[in-house]
Amino acid sequence: MNGFFDIPSDLQHSWLGLIGLHLREALIPVAVGLLLALPIGQLCVRVRWLYPPVLWVTTILYAVPSLAFFVVLIDYTGQSETTVMIPLAVYSLVVLVPAIVDGVRSVPQETLAAATAMGLGPVRRYLQVQLPIAVPALIAGLRVATVSSISLVSVGTLIGNQGALGNLLADAMFYHRPVLAVNSVVTTAVLAIVIDALLVLLRKVLTPWAPPASGGSRSAGRGGRRTPGRAAKQRSVVRPRPAALAVQDTAPVKDTAR
Amino acid sequence: MIRIDSVTKRYPDGTVAVDRLSLEIPDRSITVLVGPSGCGKTTTLRMINRMIEPSEGTILIDGVDIQKQPVNTLRRGMGYVIQNAGLFQHRTIVDNIATVPRLLGWSKDRARGRARELMTRVGLDASLASRYPYQLSGGQQQRVGVARALAADPPVLLMDEPFSAVDPIVRKGLQEELLRIQEELGKTIVFVTHDIDEAIRLGTMVAVMRTGGHLAQYAPPAELLSSPADAFVEDFLGADRGIRRLSFFTSAGLELTTAPVVALDTTARQLAAREAEIAEVAAPHLLVTDLDGKPLGWCAPEDFPGAEPGRLLSFGRPFEFGKDSLRAALDCAVLSPTGWAVAVDAEGRAVGVASQETIGEAIRAAHAERRKADVAG
Repeated sequence: MNGFFDIPSDLQHSWLGLIGLHLREALIPVAVGLLLALPIGQLCVRVRWLYPPVLWVTTILYAVPSLAFFVVLIDYTGQSETTVMIPLAVYSLVVLVPAIVDGVRSVPQETLAAATAMGLGPVRRYLQVQLPIAVPALIAGLRVATVSSISLVSVGTLIGNQGALGNLLADAMFYHRPVLAVNSVVTTAVLAIVIDALLVLLRKVLTPWAPPASGGSRSAGRGGRRTPGRAAKQRSVVRPRPAALAVQDTAPVKDTAR
Repeated sequence: MIRIDSVTKRYPDGTVAVDRLSLEIPDRSITVLVGPSGCGKTTTLRMINRMIEPSEGTILIDGVDIQKQPVNTLRRGMGYVIQNAGLFQHRTIVDNIATVPRLLGWSKDRARGRARELMTRVGLDASLASRYPYQLSGGQQQRVGVARALAADPPVLLMDEPFSAVDPIVRKGLQEELLRIQEELGKTIVFVTHDIDEAIRLGTMVAVMRTGGHLAQYAPPAELLSSPADAFVEDFLGADRGIRRLSFFTSAGLELTTAPVVALDTTARQLAAREAEIAEVAAPHLLVTDLDGKPLGWCAPEDFPGAEPGRLLSFGRPFEFGKDSLRAALDCAVLSPTGWAVAVDAEGRAVGVASQETIGEAIRAAHAERRKADVAG
């Protein structure tokens, strides 16, 4: 009972079970974040002055440690998965809103003018032109959000073993089995890499129209042939702020500090 | 007919983009709005499909106020071509072109069939149908833009500086293509440009606008060149409007001479027989042609029999007699090292030569005739 895949019974899950749990806790918040970010992003595009204040608010939310969220949320949602997922959804939102706004704004003016002139109303314009063209930027944002979400789930271990694979970190200490910590870190990392690769694949499937030169793994710049400046701006979408980068690059162990 | 009736566009900050503009745009012709930036030409164009709403005045199409129908119905009935084409980068070429037919409820197959038909019409290879815009050159994208505007066969075509982002050679090709398509389809085209040469080349009527949204002059291009309404129009037309005006005079009235034209196999004796004739037109050189009559080059008379085709003096560029304008003829004469222009027929065979003096006379005669016509008319 000391092997790499032998999970202590207090976690009530097999290794695969923990992976499933981990994915659920990580991906549902991203999906919720996306659902919220789409209308918020569209609002920010239509009402230009709204974008800076929205950015301020989301940035401040991003700076709130998840522990602080837990303290507040535990009174309402208890020691549950929901408590873990709410802050993660907020963090996803923070990454996705700028990705959507910049993606939609990257649609060239003449393309929009042509769409309007051909008699596409605002709804059709959004669904048939702006959103599809924003897909690369959107997926770039999703990649950051997903990877950071996968690593942050581990924090849930602090509120009654709701951290899925992160719970192995606590157990490693309880049972003096460092191998569990290794398992947690490696599995989480592999999970993040696999999901990231799937998202890259998804982008390739969804955007056969993207020029391969600017279709590199991190670039979201489209129509970039004429506007290299825009491509450069797009890169900042992928990494909205240094904080996101730090989250993405750190191991789950460090994330417990949140 | 599109009738713009004392239309004004005033922005909330007080800027007047278009000032009491009235214009009658005839059917089945190209009307060009031209002027410097900030003259309101694009604003005027966009008021026709209501992308910009006028502050005052009305716009009527065939007597019907454009405000009277739903805006998207109005727009789907007008083709729109924009600078840089504005293609949907996420759709294939064929689907780009099929956009408006699909909006109008055509089936996918019918819309795509129509799109393929239009690709041929605008000179695009059918193999490009399933490509994406990024795989096409700028000129090809612009052709797709034109095809897309024509897809639902709208009677009106609005073109907003469509060719200004491509290089001059491609632009010339696109302009020729547009004139050809227009000849076949006879649309009512409103064309915006800042390039006066383009305006004169394409326009049946040209509206010159000046900063502040005023109409400076509205006239056919030849009239614009011969009698600009004021100093602004004259200045905008540029210093060489006299030369450019010659584009509207045909070379058909030019008196050509065939005296100095000799075939390569002409013998010294045959040449001697024509000496008097050649001396009469005072041609310092002989134009040597091949046995088919195609010009090879100029040669001094004393060198002629036995001149090698490779050592002849270049004749520059010939002009097609009767089809090209006096401007082209003059240009050929000026470029020719001998000062004589070579006229050819449609097959490229020399039909005669003309000196700069002869062309000068033809120009004076053409001007005199035009004046007479103006007085009479």
